[in-house]
Amino acid sequence: MSATAFHVESISALRRLVVAARGRAGVPYLWVTILAALVSLLSLMPLGFIAWITVQTGWETASKLIFRARVGDLMINTALLELCTIPLTIVLSVALAWLTERTDLPGVRLWAWLAVAPLAVPAFVHSYAWISLFPGLHGLPGGVLVSVLAYFPFLYLPVAAQLRRLDPAIEDAAASLGLNPWQVFFRTILPQLRLAICGGSLLVGLHLLAEYGLYVMIRFDTFSTAIVDQFQSAFNGPAANMLAGVLVSCCLLLLGIELIVRGGERYARVGSGAARPADRRRLGFMAVPALALNIVTMALAIGVPFVTLTRWLYIGGAEIWRIDLVGSAFGQTIVLAVAGGVMATITAAPMAWLSVRAPGRLQRIFEACHYYVGSLPGVVVALALVTITVRLILPLYQTFATLFLAYVLLFLPRAMVGLRTSIAQAPVELERAAMALGRTPFQAVRQTTMRLAAPGVAASTALVALGITNELTATLMLSPTGVETLATKFWSLTSEIDYVAAAPYAVMMVILSLPLTFLLYIQSRRAVGQ
Amino acid sequence: MTFLTIDAIGKSYGPTLALDAIDMKIEAGGRTAIVGPSGSGKTTLLRIIAGFETPDVGSLILDGRALAGKGVLVPAHKRGIGIVSQDGALFPHLTVADNIGFGLAKKAADRDKRIAELMEMVELDGIMAARRPHQLSGGQQQRVALARALALKPRLMLLDEPFSALDTGLRDTMRRTVARVLRAAGTTAILVTHDQAEALSFADQVAVLRQGRLVQFGSPRALYGKPRDRETATFLGEAILLDANIVSGRADCVLGSLVVEPGSKKGRATIMLRPEQIRLTTATAGSEGPVGHVDDVEFGGGDCMVLVRIDRTDRAMPDFLSIKCVGFDIPGPGALVRISVHGPAHVLAD
Repeated sequence: MSATAFHVESISALRRLVVAARGRAGVPYLWVTILAALVSLLSLMPLGFIAWITVQTGWETASKLIFRARVGDLMINTALLELCTIPLTIVLSVALAWLTERTDLPGVRLWAWLAVAPLAVPAFVHSYAWISLFPGLHGLPGGVLVSVLAYFPFLYLPVAAQLRRLDPAIEDAAASLGLNPWQVFFRTILPQLRLAICGGSLLVGLHLLAEYGLYVMIRFDTFSTAIVDQFQSAFNGPAANMLAGVLVSCCLLLLGIELIVRGGERYARVGSGAARPADRRRLGFMAVPALALNIVTMALAIGVPFVTLTRWLYIGGAEIWRIDLVGSAFGQTIVLAVAGGVMATITAAPMAWLSVRAPGRLQRIFEACHYYVGSLPGVVVALALVTITVRLILPLYQTFATLFLAYVLLFLPRAMVGLRTSIAQAPVELERAAMALGRTPFQAVRQTTMRLAAPGVAASTALVALGITNELTATLMLSPTGVETLATKFWSLTSEIDYVAAAPYAVMMVILSLPLTFLLYIQSRRAVGQ
Repeated sequence: MTFLTIDAIGKSYGPTLALDAIDMKIEAGGRTAIVGPSGSGKTTLLRIIAGFETPDVGSLILDGRALAGKGVLVPAHKRGIGIVSQDGALFPHLTVADNIGFGLAKKAADRDKRIAELMEMVELDGIMAARRPHQLSGGQQQRVALARALALKPRLMLLDEPFSALDTGLRDTMRRTVARVLRAAGTTAILVTHDQAEALSFADQVAVLRQGRLVQFGSPRALYGKPRDRETATFLGEAILLDANIVSGRADCVLGSLVVEPGSKKGRATIMLRPEQIRLTTATAGSEGPVGHVDDVEFGGGDCMVLVRIDRTDRAMPDFLSIKCVGFDIPGPGALVRISVHGPAHVLAD
């Protein structure tokens, strides 16, 4: 069979598949499917790279690079970090979520909002704040402390949302069966939080694997810091690539563990109708320790960055606000963030559209590609792109094209989330009505679905843009010479221990991230109709 | 012997009065239905008895022990009162067997035996034990909820609209099963429902609640035959309400002179007849008693609504009566019918 014949054959097979799946005329599903397939192939590139490079390196060299004391140390560090941070984060987040959602804690609205607020501070700014106050902080204890404070909202958000969704009738039933409030919590509430806890823990665990800046500053070696070290000293040598391979295996291991722990159980409320809103438990004198927990957490997670930044800004005075430096970094960040946001959203669109309009096995496979790449650390994606451009298409090395490709790959899942929900809100009947009134399929989609999905598209773009604003590792490794974002400029200044001059960049990042944080807070409330 | 005493219980949510001085005495082993339209406060009352809500005023005494009121408040988990709610509220993360055995001690030697007994009692097949709640039908879920509540042998069982999510046929079967199981266990039961037919057939005492007030409390037969007011009369079933003048034990109305119950009030009043008291027979011109013309027949299978026009000599406008008849051999439109009334008419108090 010639190449053309094969191509025609596979296209017609795909067409049959799509026609069989949907069996109706309208928007050409085939073209959307092909676009989505291309995007999925593209997003498999970093994984393909790891496989390819392992084969190229050869087993002997690879095993020498993988099975050595250095990798063993990193492995122990990573395992300790995950094992200490995740349980602590779970306990803290569940306690905070329960207090803010199900009790009459004084100032409950404020605490609920503050529990999300640490997300506005990039993780490496958290560690910068702590190092400024306590220069001696380092190693595992420092890493665990700052990680818990920087990442607990990732667990708080899903747990709080799930708590709001629980049917209080179940707790009533447990109480009528003679369980005291503590037993009710451990035997009925906690088991129903399992999915939220698993999902949130996975997110935290992946961030622990991917984070670079936080651990460099706190002087704690992880795979991410080691890969960047290797990359900076030996460029794209096989050592860095093999470390990346181990890191990817760690990510996949984490995904697998989550899949097993989550189990196949169903936790959705059984029964029809809407659940009664839950009552809030009276805390009584227990309000004092509950308030203390909230105050201490927020003082550490928000107070410390706030105090440090204020202090450095005060010491620096007006001089550190150099408009030519800060302004330029700000401008470049905005341009990169918005352009990257738009690109990621456009790239995710065919996929999101398919997942709503024509869900099926093929579409689920495509989506899995995005999802798993989205969980890969920025350092792996960046390393893959560096190696591929240097070896295959050198002119693309350190260009905007490569940088944007990295952003698109890293933030596709983020773009998908908002897009999918907003497309789902535009019923297909409207497209059909528009076509019945004489519009072509593309006009119909543009004039109905796209218009209705516009707010979601904007939200997706914003989510990606804000992700790019705080992105450090890939930007450091891939950006064309002369490009300085807020994050990279902040990074180079803190590397020179110029904490005062770095403060304005940190403040700008926090200010830019606040809308994102607010958006997440609002979305998590809206998800359950509040 | 009074088992549960509800004494002047009141509850408000902000400016809304949910319950206003409810008094009720419930006998041991009896089945009581609290019936009322939505928003009447019936679920609030049930939740107060269960201990999920605190009454603002009044007291609650179960078998001589104060549960709420006068500085006492026993929490729900110490009341020993079973509850079956509208959709069962089964624990979604546990199997059927674990749901049923939830209240039993984990290490109890006879735990499995007891679960099997309970499943048999509520007519659940043993193979269901390992299933999850979402794999069960609505009726099966309610059976599990009932078995779970029965496991602790509660003295009082609260049923919060447990049949309303079920199909009509299943609803009747479940109602009979529940009544039978509770009778066998000797458990006192309180059923909350908005469905009057369900209340009348399930309970031996019915309480009608409206806008937070207890309107009437008594046996189903008494309530159906002798409702206190218009709303209760029409709420409990089809009713024909007529203006009448009552003189010496007879009511003068559009249907002629009808016997009323002895001791009824005198003068102008509203009387109530249930449709089953009225019979339509074909008449010829000049027959005795009240006659009318069939204006329209709405066929409804077993029961049909017949609209009868009664021409009046003293007024230009005719009267129309909607009468429910058994749908066999009913006269067609235009026919002249004689309207006969069986049994005394009930005079409403207001």
